[in-house]
Amino acid sequence: MKSLILHTATRLMIGVLVLFSLFLFFRGHDEPGGGFIGGLVGAGAFTLYAIAFGTEATRKVLRIHPITLIAYGLLSLVVSGLIPMFMAEPFLTGKWLFIEWGAFDTKLSTPLLFDIGVYLCVVGFIVTVIFSLEEE
Amino acid sequence: MNGLLVLPVAIPLITATLALLFRKSSQLQRWIGVLGMVALLGAVLVLFRDVHNDGIQVLQLGNWAAPFGITLVADMLAMLMLGISAIMGVIIGIYSIFDIDRERERFGYYPLLHILIMGVNGSFLTGDIFNLYVWFEVMLIASFTLLALGNSKNQLQGALKYVFINLFSSLIFLFGVALLYGMTGTLNMADLAVRLPQVENTGLVTTVAMIFLVSFGIKSAIFPLFFWLPASYHTPPVAISAIFGGLLTKVGVYALIRVFTLLFTDASVHNDYLHHILLWVGGFTMVIGVLGAASHMEFRKILSFHIVSQIGYMIMGLAFNTAMGLMGAIFYVLHNILAKSNLFLISGIAQRLLGTFELKKMGGLYKHYPFLAVLFLISAFALAGFPPLSGFWAKLSLVKAGLSLELYVITGVAILVGLLTLFSMTKIWLTAFWGTVPEEVPGHFGKLPLFGAGKLYILVIPVMIIAGMIILVGLNAQPFLELCMTAAEQLLDTSVYIEAVLGPQ
Amino acid sequence: MDTILPILAGTIFATGIYLLLRRSLILTIIGIILISNSVNLALFSLGRLSTENPPLIKAGSLEPLAPFANPLPQALILTAIVIGFGLLAFALALAYRSYRELGTVDQDELLKDAEDTSAAIVPKNDFKDGGDV
Repeated sequence: MKSLILHTATRLMIGVLVLFSLFLFFRGHDEPGGGFIGGLVGAGAFTLYAIAFGTEATRKVLRIHPITLIAYGLLSLVVSGLIPMFMAEPFLTGKWLFIEWGAFDTKLSTPLLFDIGVYLCVVGFIVTVIFSLEEE
Repeated sequence: MNGLLVLPVAIPLITATLALLFRKSSQLQRWIGVLGMVALLGAVLVLFRDVHNDGIQVLQLGNWAAPFGITLVADMLAMLMLGISAIMGVIIGIYSIFDIDRERERFGYYPLLHILIMGVNGSFLTGDIFNLYVWFEVMLIASFTLLALGNSKNQLQGALKYVFINLFSSLIFLFGVALLYGMTGTLNMADLAVRLPQVENTGLVTTVAMIFLVSFGIKSAIFPLFFWLPASYHTPPVAISAIFGGLLTKVGVYALIRVFTLLFTDASVHNDYLHHILLWVGGFTMVIGVLGAASHMEFRKILSFHIVSQIGYMIMGLAFNTAMGLMGAIFYVLHNILAKSNLFLISGIAQRLLGTFELKKMGGLYKHYPFLAVLFLISAFALAGFPPLSGFWAKLSLVKAGLSLELYVITGVAILVGLLTLFSMTKIWLTAFWGTVPEEVPGHFGKLPLFGAGKLYILVIPVMIIAGMIILVGLNAQPFLELCMTAAEQLLDTSVYIEAVLGPQ
Repeated sequence: MDTILPILAGTIFATGIYLLLRRSLILTIIGIILISNSVNLALFSLGRLSTENPPLIKAGSLEPLAPFANPLPQALILTAIVIGFGLLAFALALAYRSYRELGTVDQDELLKDAEDTSAAIVPKNDFKDGGDV
């Protein structure tokens, strides 16, 4: 769509939207939020870009094919489920790793990995749908 | 707890992911596909040993105790179904190498096939009724796409019928789940089995049982809900037809067996209509299916109607509700998946050679390809129930179960339908195999050997493997019948299942 | 609310069935959407309605503030909605493809018997060069 206002606004908005989606994603760790809703907002950013500049430009911005994104998401889901199996625990058991850096302590966990997978799958799925609809 | 229980679901998921990552290369996808199926078969065999030696295996996903978490349960019935699903996976994996065209491979045939197998395996393993709904949907969405992939006119028509009726049936299923949750406040099947007999409003329990019968009835194509099946199963490529016809409808039968032996038993449904209805439905399904097959002249349509007819036998075995009847039904499911898929696969080879599925335009296969004719005969006789092939033992145990209950009419119908099955198979044999070579045949007919330059052997070898298994099961039926008997006894004694999931009561 | 919701669910279901029986494919899809929503509504109301605290665990405590609402029906509905969304997207795409290929949304026209079912089988090779499998 050729519209100066939309183009300018999109350039500003896309960064904010991606940041907001990441915020929602990390907030989902202990509070409402998470991979699904974060992924939807992230997909919203790319949808906006696709409306403003067309799908070709969006593919370039995204760099990675959306279906490949889904594949990596699925891989991340499977790996997060399989990790506890190597510790002789049932599939999908939550496993935690606490790293203390002094200033900011980090919690790494298999639920985080699972959520990353959900995020990637949602973004990949929505963007695929939007691309196919736009290009039809 | 058995951590390996997740593998029948996880392995297809991993394979699908890898196939999706390498979707640019057809060659790589095919190898990943076959290897993934073989790995699945291996995992199922290991699990099978555990279940055979130590009884029902249970896994609480994520270490959340039942009935709050999602439970995977493998009893003997689930294991037998998983085994046959893994075998079919390997067979279809090999057959697809030749059968599926480049275009479909590019649009994700292999990932979808593995997701389909994942959904099927998940349905067999799950011990949670809502989870069963989710696995059904996983299976459905993959099957929708597989059926519509290719966009030819009749494929779209087939897909339309298939998609809408199945969407509707899933929604009914979900409604049934909602009612169950409202009545008992739990969704774990073992917990449901404990609580349903305590529900005071037995009328509502019967209603839910009927809702489940309709929903799973649509999925497994019983009378009078079968019409979508012959209208859609003959449209996609043969490899897909075979896995749909062989495996997919049987998942509905499995679900029926599971809910009508575990949840809606005599203890929870206080009237005996239930098994009468099943008996009538089974009888009509048998007869209508076989009559439909008799009136068609298209290879795959005949086979599709026979699927309906054979489902009737399984429902009849379930309706008997005795160990012998259930054993017959389970054995029938296993045998039927082998025989039916094999006939579909053979129809594919015949189509490659003659260029059509219309029996009137086929002929001369026996003259030029006698080996293929032998393979067809084995599967067709097995389907009709000739001794000493696998179908004979399946029908024998069902007939025995019927006679011991003194249900002479339905038993007579079952035997008669067997004869009519033979009639349809004879029809195919007389035209496609014994008939004269039609005038218009593709140039390669008769010149191309089954094992040679055309690489047709990629199609023939899977057929040979299944034919070999049919003979093996037929000649050495005792151990297989014993396994089915174990499965049937586990089904009838629900306390074992409940104790395995919820711990000692 | 305990009586209104089931009645509403029933009405929507009946409307859905009516639309499902119409000949236009689009109406059929809308019917499925309505039925799907009414089933979700039924699932929600069968989980018992109550006005209690949200089932969230505050930082520092180990359990949510009692009495808290039952979160399970909502989780089930969320799952059902997401699944339903995917399936309906597929159904719409299929209807659109059918319209493009067959030029009509009238089901009587759409489902007229196709002639040759072999059309779906595309040969990967024509057997001449020994195949490229």
